Amino acid sequence: MSTVDSRPAPAAAPPSRVERAAAGTADYLDQRTGIGGAVKEFARKIFPDHWSFLLGEIALYSFVVLLISGTFLTMFFVPSMTEVHYHGPWAAMDGVQMSEAFASTLRLSFEVRGGLLMRQIHHWAALIFMAAIVTHMMRVFFTGAFRKPRELNWLVGFTLMILGLLAGFSGYSLPDDVLSGNGLRIADGVARAIPILGSYISFALFGGEFPGTDLIPRLFTVHILLIPALILALIGLHLLMVVLHKHTQYPGSGRSDKNVVGYPLFPIYVAKAGGFFFVVFAVIALMAATMTINPVWNYGPFDPSIVGAGAQPDWYMLFLEGGLRLMPGQTEFVIGQYTLSLNILVPGVVIPGILFTAIALWPFIEAFATGDKREHHVLDRPRNVPFRTAFGVAFLTAFFVLILAGSNDLIATHFHLSINDITWTFRILLFVGPAIAFWITKRICLSLQRKDRELVLHGHETGRIVRFASGEYIEVHKPLDAHERWLRVQHEANRPLEIEPAEDSRGVRRKGFRVDALRQRLSRVFYEDRVEPVTPAELAAAHSHGAHDALPAAHDEHAGELTGASGGTRHLAADVENTEGTDSTDGPKHP
Amino acid sequence: MKALAARRHHRFAPVVLLLLALLLTGAVYAIAQPASADAAQAAASESDIAAGQKLFQANCATCHGPNAEGREAVEAGAGGPSLIGVGAAAVDFQVGTGRMPAQMNGAQIMAKPAQFDDEQIAQLAAYVASLGAGPSIPTDEQLDTTNADVALGGALFRTNCAMCHGVTGAGGALSQGKWAPALDETSPAHLYEAMLTGPQSMPVFNDANITPDEKRDIIAYLETQREGSPGGLTLGSVGPVSEGLWAWVIGIGLLIGASVWIGAKSS
Repeated sequence: MSTVDSRPAPAAAPPSRVERAAAGTADYLDQRTGIGGAVKEFARKIFPDHWSFLLGEIALYSFVVLLISGTFLTMFFVPSMTEVHYHGPWAAMDGVQMSEAFASTLRLSFEVRGGLLMRQIHHWAALIFMAAIVTHMMRVFFTGAFRKPRELNWLVGFTLMILGLLAGFSGYSLPDDVLSGNGLRIADGVARAIPILGSYISFALFGGEFPGTDLIPRLFTVHILLIPALILALIGLHLLMVVLHKHTQYPGSGRSDKNVVGYPLFPIYVAKAGGFFFVVFAVIALMAATMTINPVWNYGPFDPSIVGAGAQPDWYMLFLEGGLRLMPGQTEFVIGQYTLSLNILVPGVVIPGILFTAIALWPFIEAFATGDKREHHVLDRPRNVPFRTAFGVAFLTAFFVLILAGSNDLIATHFHLSINDITWTFRILLFVGPAIAFWITKRICLSLQRKDRELVLHGHETGRIVRFASGEYIEVHKPLDAHERWLRVQHEANRPLEIEPAEDSRGVRRKGFRVDALRQRLSRVFYEDRVEPVTPAELAAAHSHGAHDALPAAHDEHAGELTGASGGTRHLAADVENTEGTDSTDGPKHP
Repeated sequence: MKALAARRHHRFAPVVLLLLALLLTGAVYAIAQPASADAAQAAASESDIAAGQKLFQANCATCHGPNAEGREAVEAGAGGPSLIGVGAAAVDFQVGTGRMPAQMNGAQIMAKPAQFDDEQIAQLAAYVASLGAGPSIPTDEQLDTTNADVALGGALFRTNCAMCHGVTGAGGALSQGKWAPALDETSPAHLYEAMLTGPQSMPVFNDANITPDEKRDIIAYLETQREGSPGGLTLGSVGPVSEGLWAWVIGIGLLIGASVWIGAKSS
């Protein structure tokens, strides 16, 4: 049972000793800190129930696991580039010259009790952390949870993702092994590809020529102090904003932008979330106990002369590697005595710049296109916003193609293909793939919406065929119940904006017309193709006759799909408020 | 003599002299060339060589020519390099790993179950070794890794082999469909022979480049790599890509499963 406000029934029995002790302690704390008010506020906070709302929690809990295991690792890891000769139980490294960072990683793995398990927990938790962040972002994106008033929280979450990338990269490089050293060399190359500033940036980062001896201690400070502190602070802000905005909820009967339907934080979510932390910890520990991750003892200590085949970064950086592998090398130019390395600059700086900017600014771009300034607390069903859903799938397709391109050597060896052919295929797919994915997703969304219309107007098929006295056969359809129907009609279709003309009645040019025109063009791109939800009038028409042929639209093959600004448009200026009330009753007209 | 004296100032005289000098140098070198590593050839009996020749002519001559002199690839047909001087080691590697006789032409000849038994391989090796001096099959002593320096082998492997075979020896891709194979199942003798003869895309690592002791160290290092990982399953030893894949499949898979379970409506 969902409750908006529930409190336990008062206990009839006199309080036991334990209860009195607990009450006494609580009273003691309350009188000195005033914590009672906060507890009362939080304990009765309502959260809606859905599995996809737990994705962010996976990220949060894996971060806690990272903090716990990372603290253990700092007690044994030595972030020093002092050259030593390793002597220890790992025979394959006996007597090998290496940095103290690498030697202490080997000691941590083979001599510290539980050290290897902790290292593997830390690394698996990092991969899960980033994966959970990305999955959580996808949920927020596809359900439109970033809309007003949550745009700023989207930015906080985006910054957390970037910080997660930096935390991962800096930590991955700490053991000073061959694989991460190759990665650092790539990072150095990307820094150097930046025109004019490149070599200064590289020398500043590495304290001189690559690899130098400064970077590992610097990365250590960044990895264990700077980034975790920032992540912790931003997580606090992220959660605070969730509490301030209240949680979003999926559409359904009884749910609106003005309420939150769910369960109180205490005791339901305290138990669920508390338990979920241990589930996350258990899954990570299970992986760490059974699967090797980053076996630096096989890679060996870093030496700039060694470059291994198949050197790849962790999965969340793999799209950058993929870009570098795809970019043709002929795009390097020498101008005078300066080298312009577009072959590195484009995949290393420009492409990630575009991808990340698109993610960060999406809420603002979409708000500009819709011209919608209202608050939204009920989530979108992805099918009801075809352009956004299709854009998201196209974006993920590009990301996935880049990840595959970053693994092109493994695809080549495991499927016996030519790496050259694979690279060319991915070069083409990087552009064609997202376009195809966009088109297919949009068509699927529109089709699902038409399916919803069909269901609402005609009900479920029952398979029961009835013959009338006149000889006519019909199949009996069972109407949807109110809850089913509400889910399919509750949304409003975004429509292309109509703007006021460029000149007023006296022929004076209107200020802001050009911005409005841009906005209109954008909103046409977004919302020109759409399927309107069934209106009460249509529903009444469909039901009143007992047959469905009263409504021509229902029999049209393209029922309900509209093109252009016909069929009721939302006005940017005066009657935004009107749209909900009046517009929804006049129904779609045919183009 | 008079004719010679008359022509010694002819303008082509230096060219003729140069050609004669080159011929002489070549002839002297051919005679004085050290006949290296032909111990196996000496040990092989005449009957082995004769049996090897029969096997060769039945199975290899189509591509390598009836006398192993090599054959140009004709249109859509088979061609193969000359085998004179490749030595017994090359035969033992190519035939022993099943690469020869080749199943089909392609970017690279693939390993497959060996088509001949050990005796036949030895006979073929003896025949090819009899054609010209070349590296011989490593002895058991050369392959004995009991006193090998594993750590040195690892360092040599990372310096000389990792750029193609990967730092863990899991193999890697080369251009145009070629690849450096994974080394986790290759026998010590075949590893040694591959270094010695440089099959297909692989360069030759002769004894001056990597000494026999160092070759033994590398083999010892690769053998320790097969002992499994102290961290658990190796996930193919191919590095972060497979780790990322399993993080998503197992980690996020299980956690989303748990989320669905926890988030399942109780009402």
